[in-house]
Amino acid sequence: MENKYFKSLEDLRIDTSRDLEEQSAGDKSFILKMQRESAALPPTSRRDFLKAFGFTIASAAVASSCEQPVRKAIPFLIQPEGIIPGKASWYASTFYDGTDYCSVLVKVRDGRPIKIEGNNLSSITKGGTNARTQASVLNLYDNARLKNPSKNGSEISWETADAEIGGKLKEISARQGKMVLLTPTIISPSTAAVITDFVTAFPSCDHIQYDVLSAAGMLRANQDSFGAPFIPSYHFEKADLIVSFDADFLGSWLSPVEYTKQYSQKRKLTDGQRSMSRHIHFEGAMSLTGSNADHRVQMRAGHQKFVLVNLLSALKKLNGESSPEVQGTNHDVQELAAELFRNKGKSLVVSGSNNKDEQLLVNEINMLLGNYGHTIDTDVRLRSRFGFDSRLTTLVEEMNSGAVKALIMMDVNPLYDYPQAAAFGAGLKKVELSVALSVVSDETSAAVSYICPDHHYLEAWNDFEYKTGFYSLSQPAIRPIFNTRAAQESLLRWSGNPQEYRTYLNSYWEQNIYSKAPGFTSFTSFWNSKLHDGVFESGEKSAVAVAYTPVAAMEAIARIAATKPEDSIDLVLYANVSVGTGKHANNPWLQELPDPVTKVCWDNYLMISPRLAEEMNVVDEQLVNVNGKLTLPVVVQPGQEYKTVAVALGYGRQQTGVPANGVGQNAYTLMTFDGDNRSYLLSGVSLALEAGNYPLARTQSHHSMEGRELIRETSLEAYLEDPQSGNEARVELKKHMKTMYPEAKFDGLHWGMAIDLNACTGCNACVVACSSENNVPVVGKEQVIASREMHWIRIDRYYKGDEHNPEVVRQPVMCQHCDNAPCENVCPVAATTHSNEGINQMAYNRCIGTRYCANNCPYKVRRFNFLDYTGADTFKGNEYDPAEMTTDLRRLVLNPDVTVRAKGVIEKCSFCVQRIQEKKLVAKTENRELRDGEVVPACAQSCAAEAIVFGNLNDKNSKVSQYFASERNYHLLEEIHTLPSVGYLTKVKNKTV
Amino acid sequence: MYVSPLREPLIKGAKDYSQVTKDILAPMAGKPSKYWYMGITLSGAAALFGAWATFMTVYYGIGTWGLNKTIGWAWDITNFVWWVGIGHAGTFISAILLLFRQKWRTSINRSAEAMTLMAIACAGFFPLIHMGRLLLGFFILPYPNTRALWVNFNSPLLWDVFAITTYLLVSLVFWYIGLIPDLGTVRDKATGKIRKAIYGFLSFGWTGSARHCSRHETISLILAGLAAPLVLSVHTIVSFDFATSVIPGWHTTIFPPYFVSGAVFSGFAMVLTLLIVARKALNLEDYITVGHIENMNKVIIITGSIVGIAYITEFFMAWYSGVEYEQYAFINRATGPYAWAYWIMMTCNVITPQLFWFKKIRTNLVATFIISIFVNIGMWFERFVIVVTSLHRDYLPSSWSMYKPSMVEVGLYVGTLGVFFTLFLLFIRAFPVIAIAEVKSVLKSSGDNKKDVHHE
Repeated sequence: MENKYFKSLEDLRIDTSRDLEEQSAGDKSFILKMQRESAALPPTSRRDFLKAFGFTIASAAVASSCEQPVRKAIPFLIQPEGIIPGKASWYASTFYDGTDYCSVLVKVRDGRPIKIEGNNLSSITKGGTNARTQASVLNLYDNARLKNPSKNGSEISWETADAEIGGKLKEISARQGKMVLLTPTIISPSTAAVITDFVTAFPSCDHIQYDVLSAAGMLRANQDSFGAPFIPSYHFEKADLIVSFDADFLGSWLSPVEYTKQYSQKRKLTDGQRSMSRHIHFEGAMSLTGSNADHRVQMRAGHQKFVLVNLLSALKKLNGESSPEVQGTNHDVQELAAELFRNKGKSLVVSGSNNKDEQLLVNEINMLLGNYGHTIDTDVRLRSRFGFDSRLTTLVEEMNSGAVKALIMMDVNPLYDYPQAAAFGAGLKKVELSVALSVVSDETSAAVSYICPDHHYLEAWNDFEYKTGFYSLSQPAIRPIFNTRAAQESLLRWSGNPQEYRTYLNSYWEQNIYSKAPGFTSFTSFWNSKLHDGVFESGEKSAVAVAYTPVAAMEAIARIAATKPEDSIDLVLYANVSVGTGKHANNPWLQELPDPVTKVCWDNYLMISPRLAEEMNVVDEQLVNVNGKLTLPVVVQPGQEYKTVAVALGYGRQQTGVPANGVGQNAYTLMTFDGDNRSYLLSGVSLALEAGNYPLARTQSHHSMEGRELIRETSLEAYLEDPQSGNEARVELKKHMKTMYPEAKFDGLHWGMAIDLNACTGCNACVVACSSENNVPVVGKEQVIASREMHWIRIDRYYKGDEHNPEVVRQPVMCQHCDNAPCENVCPVAATTHSNEGINQMAYNRCIGTRYCANNCPYKVRRFNFLDYTGADTFKGNEYDPAEMTTDLRRLVLNPDVTVRAKGVIEKCSFCVQRIQEKKLVAKTENRELRDGEVVPACAQSCAAEAIVFGNLNDKNSKVSQYFASERNYHLLEEIHTLPSVGYLTKVKNKTV
Repeated sequence: MYVSPLREPLIKGAKDYSQVTKDILAPMAGKPSKYWYMGITLSGAAALFGAWATFMTVYYGIGTWGLNKTIGWAWDITNFVWWVGIGHAGTFISAILLLFRQKWRTSINRSAEAMTLMAIACAGFFPLIHMGRLLLGFFILPYPNTRALWVNFNSPLLWDVFAITTYLLVSLVFWYIGLIPDLGTVRDKATGKIRKAIYGFLSFGWTGSARHCSRHETISLILAGLAAPLVLSVHTIVSFDFATSVIPGWHTTIFPPYFVSGAVFSGFAMVLTLLIVARKALNLEDYITVGHIENMNKVIIITGSIVGIAYITEFFMAWYSGVEYEQYAFINRATGPYAWAYWIMMTCNVITPQLFWFKKIRTNLVATFIISIFVNIGMWFERFVIVVTSLHRDYLPSSWSMYKPSMVEVGLYVGTLGVFFTLFLLFIRAFPVIAIAEVKSVLKSSGDNKKDVHHE
């Protein structure tokens, strides 16, 4: 302090008072201390100033000359309670789109739903999902979402909309003008109550339910057989013998997630199970379910009713009765009848037909076999189909006659999926008030006068009763992104009820459902508990008991026996596992999902048998006109019945958005009406060759295993005799497994995955789940044609045997995480390395894109970012994003735990390493070891068949270790000594060889 | 030194030293001919096409090529191996033939070495451009960094980096050292001030003194000793890219010798292609005689035959190994969708060079020129067959696919051809095409006027 200069007396005085000040400042004194320390530093000299000045100018110049990226992340001003950055919240919810149902959990990160998972608490879906459920989160961020209420295309406010629509409805109601509320089948009890209120308020209003995938034939058949229109519960897990007539119950028929769960449960040979169901499938077009059957019979689609009549006759004969037969089908059903007869009460016969007579026959057969009460439950009913197709036909007539004054359409798109869409459109013009309560802009919303946009299900409250007594709830996982309002609330508003739908729902449950749940002290605790679980299963049965009368079936037999099988070309219209009915066509993940049978994506096409193709002299991708209405490219499908052709529904959307618009052709235009029901089958189709080709995007172009032992299979008989059967190659190989290098050792964890080929149906849910979890880019049709799809998991499908009647085998293939990985040692920059937990990992930042690893991967699971698919590249203006996946809205779906890869890097399956790390952290904070089954990768999580098991191979008691120890276990290409961490269990078919 | 009178003279036309200097420096003097201008316009245009293709690749990505999930390499690595192979002739001529004291090399070593340098430059371009993230290509160098990242010394691709850079450096030094005496000559003959200054600088003050000559000879020998193993090692390492992998058709122990002989084979073919034109255009027929060409054709027969035997051995081994994937890979080569490429390769590489057993053909310039082109094409297809047909159908049939080159890939290849010929055309204007000093050293013993010398 010697020679201290002071500027003023204050300067000196502060010095003396400092200690005092510090004392009074208490624990804030460190601030004073810091001030003091900085004051003690030597004062800035002119040189220092110039240095700092120069540096500032220079750095400012440098900084300003480089363009700074605009960062849009805005921190919370006030941290919301319960949200921990980097930690996901989970909400139980329900996916229901009028066709599919799934009880789900929604993963929310930073306020954005990013992933859908199955809800284990639901005893219907039991944690299973399907591709569309997995993909539904992306629909939330659909670029084509309706953003505001609008009138004739121009935006209006909700107040205006309510005033105008409400006023108009009152006016129409006052003069008793006919109103119609058109919805899909309503399984929501509260929504049904809202609709009842609405109809009460407007007595001239008619509520029509419209199922795109109709089951009206079955409803009518049951009306006639049992006196009530209903759909029973099927129990595939209780059936020893399943006979399906064109019912794609693993893909699209009624409740595929539920049935997949049941079906695979009965067919697994793990856990000591020594028996499995036998599945016989009659169909014309090759379907997902048919390709999984133990025995697949090719049946002309239009001949189903005759085969059923003959089967019934054969069964009756065994029962000592007689029933007429029909000649002219090539199927000998005696053996089948005998087999069914042996399995009385343990069999299940189902038909996918929408024809009443055929369903009546199926009822009679099941009744005769005593399956009711065993494999078919009429007390607990499936409530997701209640549309009678004839009602819509009548509606269109009434609209065209001008009788309908107001039409409110909620979540339906008849202008696309009604076969006579033009007639509907013409009728719609005569309706005074047309309102669409849609989520996404579509063909119908484009034609109505008012659009009152509904929430996406992830933004909305709702409840569901999918099956009798099986309730579930959905709750908002995000605040509405756009200016939307629950459709139910709109209806409430117009019928004069100012309540919010949530309040309505709440009081509905309090009044009607709470009473069904014993053991709760208050409604609030009941509500909170069920909202947490997402499901409530009351155990109630259908109130109306039913009794069977065979009269209708006898009449049906007479009707069918009066006709004769024709030798014409039959067309089957089917819904595939990706876009389904077309409602989700604007979902890029689904568009890029290869069909499990044909491996084609981004289009629909005409599936045609090899024999017919030869006769017509057509090859793949050649254009053929169907009935003079639709021109489609051909896919020659091995295993297709000679004269059955098939086209997928759900394509040819015109007015929704990118990427759906213009993809494929609208096959609903081909659909006919059989007087009562819509018919998904057309007989006597004319096919005409057209000039030209149309390229199809196909992810697999070679369909034979070339005699290689890639998918190993055996028959149940052989398996029971020798569990090793089909897997003999492994015994031989193990003898020769020698290496001069030390074996790979992993202390602690060693991750492995086992895949039960017997359980996997090939439904593709895992592919979408993986894309969603791991931000896998969508590359579009052109790039798929160039064989550049990016899926981290794929399902290889091979045909075996004769091209006219092949067997189909499938195998999910992802990175095998080889412990002696060929990819790892060839990377010059060590961007792909082996972790000490046995995971083959990618450091995207380090990758320079030599693709050497991809070349050297024998499994070809490595994917290269050929173009800037994600917009993550340094250069501007070179994005390649035909599916519009990189818009700000769509990007909200990205999982922040997984890097978005840039152009020029390799990527591949990581065993969902982010999930492993997350669970490891949880275990660590709880100071315990990881439990078996705690880490579930996205693919395994999504799998309704539970075909994928993941765990620690070092733990000999883990499920995956047990699978690995099984005689059925083998590794793909084990002979090249890559030491994969993925094992496959041989496929066992229940067939008599 | 006694030379058998039966031996063909290496330099024809009874030249004296000053005539040699005059002849060889002639192409450098005056204005270039209109053919030179036409040539450089054409090759420059090709190089510009390549520049466009390079831009497309770097900006839009490798997706502008025809590659896919199954086929990660195709024209890029084909071109790389092809160019590296071509480079081998120069080193073989200047290093191995020097060590074996083959005097005929003196007429062709300069241009062959220059060709080597240009070929390596073209070759080196492909491993760079084939990277998905070229701008981060420096990751491949083992430089110390704060992130403690190191390269993977297990990767043959990294060995490539070292092999190619070593090869480029040694070839460059060797070529330049050889040039120094001639640069001195050019400097002495130069008229312009600037020209004199430049060549004066480049010639490092060469005076031609005995001490300079002695040192020059020593360093040449040392460099030849260094370069000779490179002839064998570089293409061996390139072949390791394939041989160490697990892909059927790549995983072959025969690759190193097979690749080296293939390299010398294609290199000599390219030297022939260039020199047959150059000797005519530059009036150097007295220096690069039919005898030289015949000698090179003999090398082509030997190496071509080795390559042919290697092809057959591969087939035998595929059968003998009993590995179904290997067997399929080779059957697929000969009969699969790319069989046409395989049979082009077989025809060009195995059958056409056998024609050189006939003296008439191997001393015929037109025939030699045509066959040399055939060999160039055949060797390109050899690499294409190895790279693409092995990859397109490997282990899992579900992933099998096809490959078709895109315009950008064509552009890159044509671009390197453009750069190669542009550089060669500039080379013949800037440097003596034939090593003057070395030719002069054999003039007395092997020139056409040797008899007179002996009489003296």
